Amino acid sequence: MTVRIGVVLFPGSNRDIDAVNALEVAGAEPVILWHDEVALDGVAGILLPGGFAYGDYLRAGVIARFSPVMRAVSAFAADGGLVLGICNGFQVLTEAHLLPGALLRNRGLRFVSREVRIAAERSDTPFSHLLGERRPLRMPVAHGEGAFFADDATLDQLEANGQVLFRYVRADGSPAGGEEDRVNPNGSLRAIAGVINAAGNVAGLMPHPETAVEAVLGSDDGLGIIASFVASAAEHERADGPVLVGTR
Amino acid sequence: MSVDTRFAVNVRPKDGILDPQGRAVESSLGHLAIDGVSDVRVGRRIELTVAAANDAAARAVVERLAAELLSNPLIEAHDIEVLGAASSLDSQTAPDEAADAAGGVPLATPEGAST
Repeated sequence: MTVRIGVVLFPGSNRDIDAVNALEVAGAEPVILWHDEVALDGVAGILLPGGFAYGDYLRAGVIARFSPVMRAVSAFAADGGLVLGICNGFQVLTEAHLLPGALLRNRGLRFVSREVRIAAERSDTPFSHLLGERRPLRMPVAHGEGAFFADDATLDQLEANGQVLFRYVRADGSPAGGEEDRVNPNGSLRAIAGVINAAGNVAGLMPHPETAVEAVLGSDDGLGIIASFVASAAEHERADGPVLVGTR
Repeated sequence: MSVDTRFAVNVRPKDGILDPQGRAVESSLGHLAIDGVSDVRVGRRIELTVAAANDAAARAVVERLAAELLSNPLIEAHDIEVLGAASSLDSQTAPDEAADAAGGVPLATPEGAST
């Protein structure tokens, strides 16, 4: 049976169609979940897509954090459910305290829309296990507030825990340098492009793997991330048995 | 009976957090031929009216809003000001006007408590 993955649609989400396409390419059945839903329709995983949820008013992601669907997503995550946030979805997950850190305005102040390279620091997570040795991964970024920030103690802890999931890297795969390095598109501390929670079931990243899933799009390097997520969600569903509608 | 109180919440980047907006403002000072200005930090100010039974209850609502919604304590600091009181019987009158009507004196003492 095809695994069903929820794509949360906030007012102002605009990468939802890309997310739906990527999930289909990866063999999943996408299910759109509206922001005022309180039940998750029995999906096996949740994807929070990019965009400008609620216009990014106040701070990117903060208004979305308090929407009804996010209460359900938090409960789903607390129960071990797999949640992937991309770009604005990553911002929502940090504001919701489902992921550590915060995304600050880009160091260069500009909205950055271009291709970057990232590499997975780990290949044993539900979001990266199918990536293999493929690196660096080429995919676009498109954001104004993507500079990953956490205090030094938190950064050290994230590194020690293996919670730095993706880093911006050079063409040869070596990590980007300090915040002034152009390879690091937004001034993220320690060139962090994506993180995973301590429990290993919630991850977020600023780049867009969902728009790099087919060669015709310029790169299919992002498919490994989406496919890992989909395969892991399918595995979870098999392990848990069928999830009844509305129970989560 | 509830009392309407007007508050302002001032949110700013915490010390040590890079503030690219402040830096951009600072870099424009040369064009204005202004010297001697440094450490520009850009924040935001949110003004709101709270209806509550008393001052302490109103204050508690604003404290919670400021910490949970209006600021991200990880990256931002905030302080709360009481701007004045307005009669809940006349919601058409802006608090500033109410203060003017009372002789220009705010009905509640402004304060700048740091939180």
